[in-house]
Amino acid sequence: MSLSPDQIERLARLARIALGPGEEVAVVGRLNRVLGLIDQMRAVDTTGIEPMSHPVDVVQRQRPDCVTETDQHELFQAAAPAVEAGLYLVPRVLE
Amino acid sequence: MSWEIVVGIETHAQLRTQSKIFSGAATAFGAAPNSQACAVDIALPGVLPVLNRAAVEHAVRFGLTIGATLSRRSVFARKNYFYPDLPKGYQISQYELPIVQGGSLTIHANGASKTIRVTRAHLEEDAGKSLHEDFHGMSGIDLNRAGTALLEIVTEPDLRGAKEAVAYARALHALVTWIEICDGNMQEGSFRCDANVSVRRAADQPLGTRCEIKNLNSFRFMERAIEYEAQRQIGLLEGGGTVIQETRLYDPERDETRPMRTKEDAQDYRYFPDPDLLPLVLSESEIESIRATLPELPEARRARFIAAYRLSEYDAAALTASKATADYFERTVAGIGGKQGAAQEHAKLATNWVTVDLAAKLNSDDLAIELSPVAPERLAKLLSRILDQTLSNKMAKEVFDAMWAGEGEPDAIIDRKGLRQISDAAAIEKLVDEVLAANARQVEDYRAGKQKAFNSLVGQVMKATGGRANPAQVNELLRRKLG
Repeated sequence: MSLSPDQIERLARLARIALGPGEEVAVVGRLNRVLGLIDQMRAVDTTGIEPMSHPVDVVQRQRPDCVTETDQHELFQAAAPAVEAGLYLVPRVLE
Repeated sequence: MSWEIVVGIETHAQLRTQSKIFSGAATAFGAAPNSQACAVDIALPGVLPVLNRAAVEHAVRFGLTIGATLSRRSVFARKNYFYPDLPKGYQISQYELPIVQGGSLTIHANGASKTIRVTRAHLEEDAGKSLHEDFHGMSGIDLNRAGTALLEIVTEPDLRGAKEAVAYARALHALVTWIEICDGNMQEGSFRCDANVSVRRAADQPLGTRCEIKNLNSFRFMERAIEYEAQRQIGLLEGGGTVIQETRLYDPERDETRPMRTKEDAQDYRYFPDPDLLPLVLSESEIESIRATLPELPEARRARFIAAYRLSEYDAAALTASKATADYFERTVAGIGGKQGAAQEHAKLATNWVTVDLAAKLNSDDLAIELSPVAPERLAKLLSRILDQTLSNKMAKEVFDAMWAGEGEPDAIIDRKGLRQISDAAAIEKLVDEVLAANARQVEDYRAGKQKAFNSLVGQVMKATGGRANPAQVNELLRRKLG
């Protein structure tokens, strides 16, 4: 399996990664090497083996339902480029 | 030629938790912007999610209630998309292994019962809110809601038409509030539905192309939106066109749906298991301990009301519309107490008062039953005074109005207003004799077959007592004396 330039362009758009001219070819090459590795793994016979969702054999810890955080929005918003009335301001978005 | 309208519903029920699903920030509604958004919620680098046990317990409660399969092992996944109110660039959700699989809900619509299959229900986090008022050409982002625990409940396309869809949404709403996993407040967005709508010529045809309608924040809008959308699709197909699969928004002001402007590739969420979260494992003992805390469920309670109190289907449905209503009714019946074996008579009286008199007051004051100024124990005392003949129904309504206005216990009100009904047979007989002696003409008229004359005599006796004579006794005595 290998990726076409069209697929690379689409993936880059979904991931919001800007690829400059010429970069595309290099990225295709690198990703296709990864896909080659996946093809190699796919060739292994996995009949009867349960699919693994996580490499560590432990389970999710759960916390009690308690409010432990305090209001720190002023501190957090000190790093934001634009803030007004407690809101983060971003370039206009409309559906 | 007729069309079949096929609907499936996806509901986002906000789970009743104090803190968020993956952080210790508060979830209270209406807080100042971003005051409840902590480092995890705004996705500062280096933070990790830790799962809230209460969210898991609520999901299990729901799964047990609808007879679903609970996944002993479920997995959280990342749903990737970019939007300013989603700071991480992905929403933590469940994809391949949701916590609740299958199960069903019974609805009552168009005079019949129907079982609606639930496909799945999964845990996920909510996004923040984008405010599009003009902030100098920018949008404002409030992340207080980001990270709030949601249960997304998805049905099979089992619903036929807008009425059934609304009946399902109402039944689900009643259920999630009944088992106390969701506050059900639709104005605040705690219970949000999307409808997948398609049409086909006949039930044995394959499903048509569907459109998903978002923004259905009331049952009334849901019904209108589905009706509009189905007619739109039928119009397209009958005109030789085709339906395009898309997401549409309902606009209540224009009463129409229109396509959401979606960017291409928007549906490609590239789900994958979230490496920050380990598999969620449920043990048998956890599941059993949650099962032990489940209340009697609406369907069971409705059936018991019909069997134990001989209520009609209609009354049983009205009294089990919410757990608070059912509890109020049963506390009223229990409060009446008194003679054994009279439960059905008491239940009938309590039913009338709860579904008519109390409901009217609650409705006019726009109050939920749990906030009724008249507690069920007090209503029970009032009803006891009807049953022991102290009050006529008419007098009881007067006392009830006074109780509603905060004037205290029914007995005190009865004494203060002098509302005691006269049921003393000797006293009534004396009055009846006086009235008969003074109204010889009416007596003659009645004996000549004029029913009107009888009513006039009853009226005279009632008038002589200021309306306090027991009307049944007056009637009976008059008939006996005139007979």
